[in-house]
Amino acid sequence: MSMKITTRQVDGVTILDLSGRITLGEGSVLLRDAVRDLLAKGSKHILLNLGDVNYIDSSGIGELVSAYTTARNQGGELKLLNLTKKVHDLLQITKLYTVFDVKDDEASAIASFTRS
Amino acid sequence: MPQREEEHLAGQQASRITYTLESSLDSVNKVEETAEQMAKKAGVDEDELFKITMAVREAAVNAVLHGNSYDPEKRITASFENTGESLVIRISDQGKGIDPANLPDPLAPENLLRGSGRGIFLIRSFMDEVHFKQLHPGTELTLIKHLGTTPSGS
Repeated sequence: MSMKITTRQVDGVTILDLSGRITLGEGSVLLRDAVRDLLAKGSKHILLNLGDVNYIDSSGIGELVSAYTTARNQGGELKLLNLTKKVHDLLQITKLYTVFDVKDDEASAIASFTRS
Repeated sequence: MPQREEEHLAGQQASRITYTLESSLDSVNKVEETAEQMAKKAGVDEDELFKITMAVREAAVNAVLHGNSYDPEKRITASFENTGESLVIRISDQGKGIDPANLPDPLAPENLLRGSGRGIFLIRSFMDEVHFKQLHPGTELTLIKHLGTTPSGS
């Protein structure tokens, strides 16, 4: 099963609802393009909802990191929402859990973005 | 057009399946699916199934991407064996080879935000034994998961 992304806007935050697999090839590329497009359009507050992501490989993990650093380097913020146990565990063992701002409630995640 | 060989080792219940595959993402998926089926058949639990499947996928990605660089002339070989005591998966490529002792540590602070370099680390985290063998040319990775503490499924 490949990955799907749907996009929502809530209170100035762009939420990407991801589902399926973020793996080398299609899933990773889709995520990269989606985040780059948003930043190019000036959407600097990005929340990745990973609640329906059932599988991620090292390429997908790398893509999450790249999305995070790309957003940050462009003055934006990228946060993660609703990690499944598998994704949570992978971020733990790769020591990335504390790098990302991880949220488990959408409303408080939206409220946590820095408004200027 | 994968080539498949199946050997039933005489006098044992163990059997080995070997595939020779093109350097493509389809091959990675094929290797991953085969590992998943093998591990399920061996009766491992959900958590172990995920770890084995992911480790094998990472090894196949390394072979196709870093080893063979998607070269259409090069092949990867993947063999799957349940010895009764362990699951043994061997994946080889025809690339330049790697030096496992000189891989950057993905957990080091200076590497934490890199977009790649976590594959071998995850393989080592998820399997009980990982062995590298230099081929001429290429690399063979042997991934072993002991079945001792998991139910046999029989």
